[in-house]
Amino acid sequence: MNTEILGIIVMFVLTLLLSLPLGRYMAKVYGNERTFLDPVFNPLERLLFKCSGINPYKEQNWKQQLVALLIINLIWFFLGMFILLNQSWLPLNPDHNPNQTPDQAFNTAISFLVNCNLQHYSGETGVSYFSQLYLMFLQFVTAATGMAAAVAVFYAFRKGTHQTLGNFYNAFVKSITRILLPISIIIGVILILNHTPMTFEGKQQMITLQGDTTYVSTGPVAAFVPIKHLGTNGGGFFGANSAHPLENVNYITNMTQMIAQMLIPFAMVFAFGQFINRRKLGWTIWCVMTVGFLILCIPNIIMEMNGNPNITAMGVSPALGAMEGKEVRFGTPSSAYWSIATTVISTGSINSMHSSYMPLSGMNMLLAMMTNCFYGGCGVGILNYFVFIILAVFVSGLMVGRTPEFLGKKIEAREMKIAMIVALLHPLLILAGTALAAALPSQTASTLANPGFHGFSEMLYEYTSSAANNGSGFEGLGDNTPWWNISTGFVLILSRYLPIIGPVAIAGILSAKKYIPESAGTLKTDTATFGFMVFAVIVIVAALSFFPALTLGPIAEYFGMG
Amino acid sequence: MKQHILPAIRLTLVLMILCVGIYSLLLSGFARLTPEKGHGEKITDGNGRSYYANIGQRFDTAIYFNSRPSAVAYNAAGSGGSNKGPNNPEYLKEVQQRVEDFKQKNPGTLIPADMVTASGSGLDPDISVAAANAQVVRIAAARKLSQQAVQQLVNKSIDRPFFGPQKINVLKLNIGLDQLSH
Repeated sequence: MNTEILGIIVMFVLTLLLSLPLGRYMAKVYGNERTFLDPVFNPLERLLFKCSGINPYKEQNWKQQLVALLIINLIWFFLGMFILLNQSWLPLNPDHNPNQTPDQAFNTAISFLVNCNLQHYSGETGVSYFSQLYLMFLQFVTAATGMAAAVAVFYAFRKGTHQTLGNFYNAFVKSITRILLPISIIIGVILILNHTPMTFEGKQQMITLQGDTTYVSTGPVAAFVPIKHLGTNGGGFFGANSAHPLENVNYITNMTQMIAQMLIPFAMVFAFGQFINRRKLGWTIWCVMTVGFLILCIPNIIMEMNGNPNITAMGVSPALGAMEGKEVRFGTPSSAYWSIATTVISTGSINSMHSSYMPLSGMNMLLAMMTNCFYGGCGVGILNYFVFIILAVFVSGLMVGRTPEFLGKKIEAREMKIAMIVALLHPLLILAGTALAAALPSQTASTLANPGFHGFSEMLYEYTSSAANNGSGFEGLGDNTPWWNISTGFVLILSRYLPIIGPVAIAGILSAKKYIPESAGTLKTDTATFGFMVFAVIVIVAALSFFPALTLGPIAEYFGMG
Repeated sequence: MKQHILPAIRLTLVLMILCVGIYSLLLSGFARLTPEKGHGEKITDGNGRSYYANIGQRFDTAIYFNSRPSAVAYNAAGSGGSNKGPNNPEYLKEVQQRVEDFKQKNPGTLIPADMVTASGSGLDPDISVAAANAQVVRIAAARKLSQQAVQQLVNKSIDRPFFGPQKINVLKLNIGLDQLSH
């Protein structure tokens, strides 16, 4: 068991050690400073911008940035719909998979567009290789979209008063060329060296040692998986996602994928501190996020290692822990670690089946997505956290009787309204969606895989995962129905774009305000006290509003255990 | 508004060339250089037939080390777990049945959790060391081999990675077992 705990600690420490230099590098990239890779990337980017007729140095205000962001996203959506509805005759379809139905294509296109990857299909039968490659393209560009939106917020907090926040296309393209693409190639090479398939051939026949005939799905897996994690997308190449032995071959690939998905969310926080020249603030944010992560993660590891008491009561040895839905090569501790890492961050890839976890482990995964800002997704994680900072600044301002200020900018009614709308949208979408689904058993009852409280948790999980743009699921849910495809589709759109528009708007408004130099009366935002304050706001706003729903699901299930 | 549409379409096209075309070609090219040419690891048995080393196979006869229960019956053109909740009464009945079956086949041994629960992928290529040890007596009797010889094979097959759990690839173990019997 010791090598397993050691494995987890090494994963976490390695992620931190790699994210520090990466964060410094990212701050330089976004600040248009010189880096050692300029000779390679400068000509490449010049070519890309020239071909697309874009001037990357044209300053844009926050409204222009958002318009650019939304328009290019809309184009990707239409393209995605077209490809998914026509994949049967498009090239690269050796297994002759059929077209998706309109409601399924809508859900698939949206969920990849918003960096969620809910996947109401199975990779082996639901998409062609051509569609897989387009979805892979979306995994690159949607991650970069989130990062570019975060960079707009970075720009707003440079010292002084600014009307503009840099250029969307510049930050967007550089996120791909200088960060996502090179790291993906390195990860791809590691995966190939560890026997991950990279081929365009279709299913292969295999006669087993015992004499059964079976067909084995393979594909360009080693290209798909790196960006799936690095961009915190999480959409699996195969139905079983990273539990599949060709998608996640051994413990080394498991560590690689785990580190890849946490890397940019970590680095983004450090890049923020570096960019605005307040490194201590970066560390404070990271520490609060880490406390939140560990509070959810450690209990899951312990609960899963203890095993399912119902099964232990049958005389089964609990030494391996709760093994339903888990793979022997990962073991329970690193599976449980993954279950929280993938839910605090909006990856949503899985290396074990979340539905089969112990009830309170399932609750922790739900809480991780309900807070949605402990690290969080590529770029958007720090945006979500930023909203809570604004709220905490306001609350603490009221408590001590000072004008609320953050980094030299006064926070006033308009910004507060936007922050509150964004913060309350998340519980609204999750709770209203689940309530509707529970009130319409004609649409949903037959789709549940488990009876009782666990069935309720399946529905709650589906909407939470959609609203957090996470993409994991209690996968027993038969979610490829018009109800689930369309209702979660709309939750996905709202929960992606409003939490991007809100923080960027706040940042734009703050940026244009007069800069007030720090004085003795300024509320310090890089202290442990303020970190605690933000944490408290997150717990009160995010976690407590979900308590009644959690009581009906995992908590009731826990107390009902035999 | 309008000045964004055309650049966005053009940027999408050039980025597709970069992120799909060049990126996939680079990795495909690298995969071609490896001994397995990007097809995944294969192993060959004594009769020269080759298998995917990492795709679990159904082994349920007495003469082979059995693999884990699978929610997709080891159909490698699909994948997935049972997704049953830990308190689902029907599921627990199923596990109880597996426990009885395992006890009947391997009387008097410890029952390891991996042998009565389905894996996440349904294609788990491995079993735990405890799961292999629990089947040694049965295998030795069914194959008319000494327990010691079978136990030695098990011990030899244990994969001890630097990080993570110890495990045994069932296919490799069973190929070794066939060779031992010859």
